[in-house]
Amino acid sequence: MSGNKLKISEVLITRGIQFSGFSSILFVLMILYFLIAQGLPALTEVPLGELFNTRWYPIEEYYGILPLILGSLVVTLGASLVAIPLGVLTAIYIAEIAPSWAKEILKPLVELLAGLPSVVLGFLGILVLSPFLRDTFHLPTGLTALTGSLLLGMIAIPTIVSISEDALNNVPEIYRHGSLALGATRWQTIWGVTVPAARSGILTAIMLGVGRTIGETMTVMMVTGNAPVMPDSLRVLFMPIRTMTATIASEMGEVASGSPHYHVLFFIAVVLFLFTLIVNIVASNISSKQMKRSERILS
Amino acid sequence: MQKNKRPFFFNPKLTEKIGVSALTLVAFLTVAPIVAVVIYIVILGAPAISWEFITAMPRDGMRAGGIWPAIIGTFYLTIGTAIFSVPLGVAAAIYLSEYAGDNRLTRYIRLAIINLAGIPSVVYGLFGLGLFVIFLNFGTSILSASLTLSIMTLPVIISTTEEALRAVPQSFRVVSTSLGATKWQTIRRVVLPQALPGILTGVVLGLERAAGETAPILFTGAAFFLPRLPNSPLDATMALPYHLYVISTQVPGMPIQIQYGTVLVLMVFVLVMNLIVTLIRSRARARRQW
Amino acid sequence: MKEKIIVENLGLKYSDGTESLFGINLRIQANKITALIGPAGGGKSTFLRTLNRLNDLADVAEVSGKVLIDGVDVLDPETDVIALRRKVGIVFSRPLPLPLSIYKNISYGLEVAGEKKREVLDEAVERALHLAQLWEEVNDRLDDPAAALSGGQQQRLCLARTLALKPEIILLDEPTSALDPISTLKIEDSLDELKKEYTIIIAPHNTQQAARVADMVAFFLQGEVIEYDTAAKIYTKPQDSRTQDYITGKFG
Repeated sequence: MSGNKLKISEVLITRGIQFSGFSSILFVLMILYFLIAQGLPALTEVPLGELFNTRWYPIEEYYGILPLILGSLVVTLGASLVAIPLGVLTAIYIAEIAPSWAKEILKPLVELLAGLPSVVLGFLGILVLSPFLRDTFHLPTGLTALTGSLLLGMIAIPTIVSISEDALNNVPEIYRHGSLALGATRWQTIWGVTVPAARSGILTAIMLGVGRTIGETMTVMMVTGNAPVMPDSLRVLFMPIRTMTATIASEMGEVASGSPHYHVLFFIAVVLFLFTLIVNIVASNISSKQMKRSERILS
Repeated sequence: MQKNKRPFFFNPKLTEKIGVSALTLVAFLTVAPIVAVVIYIVILGAPAISWEFITAMPRDGMRAGGIWPAIIGTFYLTIGTAIFSVPLGVAAAIYLSEYAGDNRLTRYIRLAIINLAGIPSVVYGLFGLGLFVIFLNFGTSILSASLTLSIMTLPVIISTTEEALRAVPQSFRVVSTSLGATKWQTIRRVVLPQALPGILTGVVLGLERAAGETAPILFTGAAFFLPRLPNSPLDATMALPYHLYVISTQVPGMPIQIQYGTVLVLMVFVLVMNLIVTLIRSRARARRQW
Repeated sequence: MKEKIIVENLGLKYSDGTESLFGINLRIQANKITALIGPAGGGKSTFLRTLNRLNDLADVAEVSGKVLIDGVDVLDPETDVIALRRKVGIVFSRPLPLPLSIYKNISYGLEVAGEKKREVLDEAVERALHLAQLWEEVNDRLDDPAAALSGGQQQRLCLARTLALKPEIILLDEPTSALDPISTLKIEDSLDELKKEYTIIIAPHNTQQAARVADMVAFFLQGEVIEYDTAAKIYTKPQDSRTQDYITGKFG
């Protein structure tokens, strides 16, 4: 046996694995660095008062990003209203009620939805959903916040369903049996025992689903009309708006590298990064409280 | 019977019946649009599909001809993404599952992965532009786009692989170690083979998502119109999702046929990837010995 | 009489505070079967896993004392644990075949040690299966998955797997607790044969088994060795009243 050779390759492999493990931290730091390095100059080139202003019109050097932030929030809120109830209820159905044949149908379909490229949904939004909404609500255009919300809702649903379903499946069977043994119906058990027991996981699912919608780019760019207007009331749902993501995607290709406009787009990316960072940290804190595992050698 | 005298809304059995029916309805209504989308695209896209459409170059400003360079481009980007993200992601998952202790560093790594998973795809695009295209001077190329997509795909591959590794019973590790195997031997000979189906599932799902992405490649490697195949990894390339975006929003007078045909090709790709996942899973379930 | 293992003042704590060992002193003789008896949670498994450093895989917070095997302290951080584990084999309480074929389960330990020659492996597999009294039952299907064997066969496979490495010491942690009486007897028969060549330490799954197979018996209670003597003495004239109570079934 070549003991030494065995050890050297083992050490090399272990080092490689360790480095790969740390690489995620490296990537996050690099991403942060590149965003900040290109985004911070915006703060000196554009006065702060103008940056957080209500008018986005870069051609005349109006760089107010408030309408973009609010645009993202409006669409995200609308998507949440669609995706949270549908997603959570579907997860409850799949985890607690569905017979196995129904699971065999529902789960692959949800997974299929997760795999559909966002441009496909955007495309259908343009050709099918937006004319439908325009005619139904007698709007001047069907490319509105509502159209974006409905499609983003569909994009968030797979995340919410699959993580909620995991959370529900992780509730120990003994809880359900205890409840049923006390004479509760299955329905009462679901709402009285199982769902409360899985609530932190469900909450995580919702946060991650919502996080995905804030960052969605192609669908919103294709269907929300891309008008950077300040939302003033709920009517905005039926009007074109523009999100942060769509702004970056549609304008980055045309700006001169190093110009104020270029830096402001990176600054928007920093804002987006912070938004999703907060959402994800909150989501992971909710779930890590439940994940204290005590792994011991077994058998 | 005492029970039947209660008002109906206090009748737990009836409540259950109504509630269960309502939930069933919601669940099936939630997935109904997906089925509708698939059927709709197949019906409207099928007439556009021909041998020429698949294998020819686009002509007339993409208003005629085929989408071959976009198909090949997406294929290259997927392979490129796999080359970088699969080894790195699997190794990182092995680290987390098999080596990492319960300490601060591990928590930072997990936080970083969660963070990577949450970063919007367009932000990845900007990062790729800054690092790969400009700083490292790879230009707008397959290489830059693949690297950008790789980092974006990493969290999916890491988390599914880690889950698959953790699902392998701890007792196998103990037994292997007790027989004088080193840690790496245990991982390579016992843990990895058992986790392989789960890892493959994660890899396919991750690559499927990467292949369908548009925003990260917008500024890093996608070409608006390039009626030839890329010659090297440093060439820009057309890609299916970006091509769909272009022909559905950027080119006036685009024949609707070509648009539906392109969507259908993209969707067939997604369906095939999902089918592969399903096959891997059911095969693994049948073979599992624990 | 040769003392194979000398344990001096061994103490162990898990990081979650459970099942620790306190000041264990034992002198285990070569070519004898030593049984560790006592109620569950008394530290028998932990003790066994300390002997071949398998506890390295668990959350151990602190180990103190010495475990000398052939005069060398195996708790020393410099110890070659791979070599140690080949020298000190273990069979677990549940049959735990690796998800490999019957043949590969047995050749595994040799292969990870770098043995590649087919004829060496063939010969080792056959020898080990004979020793574990399993050869007759499986020689025509060595390439079948080990999981297809019955529980009793699987456990004998696990014994064979350990024997294939030609260890000097065999640890058996309640090896028959998941088995039917006939398989149990087969394993016990093998042990009697094996002690001619090996030093055997067994945590039997009941006191009767200890009485049947053991030469020496150590009574473990809450992490301490209460009494250690020949099996005859422990079963007829225990010195400590707790040993007496345990053996007569008053607790445990």
